[in-house]
Amino acid sequence: MDMRVNMAGLKLSNPVMTASGTFGYGVEFKRYGQLEKLGGLVVKGLSLEPREGNPMPRIADAPAGMLNAIGLQNIGARNFVEKRLQLLPWSETAVVANLYACSAEEFGDLAAYLGQQEGIAALEVNISCPNVSSGGVLFGQDPSMAAAVTRAVKDHCGGKPVIVKLTPNVTDIATMAKSVVDAGADAVSLINTLSAMSVDARTRRPRLANVIGGLSGPAIKPVALRCVWQVAQAVDVPVIGMGGIASAEDVLEFILVGASAVQVGTSNFVRPDFAFRLVDELAALVDELGIKNWDEYRGSLAV
Amino acid sequence: MFGNACQDTTVKSLTRFGKGGADGEFIELTLEHPGSDNAAWKSWKPGQFLMVRPESFGLDPLMGRPFSITRADEEQGVSLFFQVMGRGTRKLAALKPGDPVTMWGPLGNAFVARKETPTLVLAGGIGIAPFYEYVKRHDQPENLRVEFGHRPPLACYNWERMQGLCSCGAHHETCRQDLMDFIALLEETIPQYCNDGLIIACGPLPFLKTIKKVADAHGGRAQLSLENHMACGIGACLGCVCKHKEDGPVSVCARGPVFWSDEIEL
Repeated sequence: MDMRVNMAGLKLSNPVMTASGTFGYGVEFKRYGQLEKLGGLVVKGLSLEPREGNPMPRIADAPAGMLNAIGLQNIGARNFVEKRLQLLPWSETAVVANLYACSAEEFGDLAAYLGQQEGIAALEVNISCPNVSSGGVLFGQDPSMAAAVTRAVKDHCGGKPVIVKLTPNVTDIATMAKSVVDAGADAVSLINTLSAMSVDARTRRPRLANVIGGLSGPAIKPVALRCVWQVAQAVDVPVIGMGGIASAEDVLEFILVGASAVQVGTSNFVRPDFAFRLVDELAALVDELGIKNWDEYRGSLAV
Repeated sequence: MFGNACQDTTVKSLTRFGKGGADGEFIELTLEHPGSDNAAWKSWKPGQFLMVRPESFGLDPLMGRPFSITRADEEQGVSLFFQVMGRGTRKLAALKPGDPVTMWGPLGNAFVARKETPTLVLAGGIGIAPFYEYVKRHDQPENLRVEFGHRPPLACYNWERMQGLCSCGAHHETCRQDLMDFIALLEETIPQYCNDGLIIACGPLPFLKTIKKVADAHGGRAQLSLENHMACGIGACLGCVCKHKEDGPVSVCARGPVFWSDEIEL
């Protein structure tokens, strides 16, 4: 089958992308596979200036998942563009920059800078990080603020596709999706992590220095499927699904409920060659199931 | 380029050492070597680590576990040494020869080795793991002095492997006074290596802090191997950072695990 995906002005060789925050700046994974194989690669959330992130400890185990409170530590947009971007095979794999800022205005400045970079295929707007004290999920929990941020990015992005990444930590994710689409989002990606905690009954201490973190991994897949399903029903733009994908079958489940592409995250930590293997496994499974093309399969859930 | 440094292998053997009692069992786990076509494994150096994830982890724990490489050669396999502490190490302890394991590595940097330089090797407990091979490979072992502090009995640590290779002292801590004596030993020996010598260390955080404090006070520096919880082991998740004086938070897995004591804050 032709595995290519063409959505919102993004041309992907296949629907498998790697999720922001789980794939570094891409270069870290060169020892484990060919980046060219991936449909797309979303880099660690970038801010205008470098950020130090949260205190340690930042990660904890959870059954079928993990918690993290990294706090968007990153080298800054300029360092990424000058020191990492040229090391990525961006002519073959869509390199998506994930943007984090503390105000709509700052989002606009960041979009203006990243939007003019040739190697960047699209911008993903992070209004869903649960681990930072300002911005982050606060933008993603208020429809009007989410719209304002989307508009600011859209106005400055130099015509690049704008993907808005949504949080599941809201009453109604479809409302949030509609709000950012009305404000100009070309696509939405979901879900970011679920707000969560881990504590130690013996030491009486939280396992994360930030106390609260984000839960990811297979544990959240059912929540993610529900969210993608609801959003796909509510908006007319492409949906990029993510949350606990650990197999080719999981990828198909997300496409079945309406996703045009997927991002894989925590599984990249379970084994660093995961995403590369997934591309091959997906092609084999699609053949095995006799799926003819993505348009026919996408959203074909029989209810 | 080395191809894919993440490989599926199997358990070759498990060797259990002594009985740690309350401190848990001590085990050397040996995996089948990934093979001679893997160039990275040919040139590994003591101080580097690997990530290990047996299939038996299933969905809990989800993350692999980092371990210092104790030994790696094609004939004898890839060995790591650990103490049973939690869910991950309990599942590792239950492995049997032939069980499937995913591993990636070798990862991180290594200890400096200088044959002409008098070198003080400081190990605390399970922190002995990288030093068997360090001592064995050293070109002039007469320049090495190993001081090893431990709480569980010496029989837990395969100490015999170390003996006879160089000057070795083991210090069993059974009470507060033993600890004070060991700290006094560190305070006495570290300054002797601060100017023209080399100090390398691996062990628990309070042990490394003591070494750093003594080295700092005498204008010296030591190479400290840090441990940390890790998810990826390759510098992507940023879950294992330590504070670098110039560069802020840096990944222990990718910038380390070995750091000069005067470059970091502990």
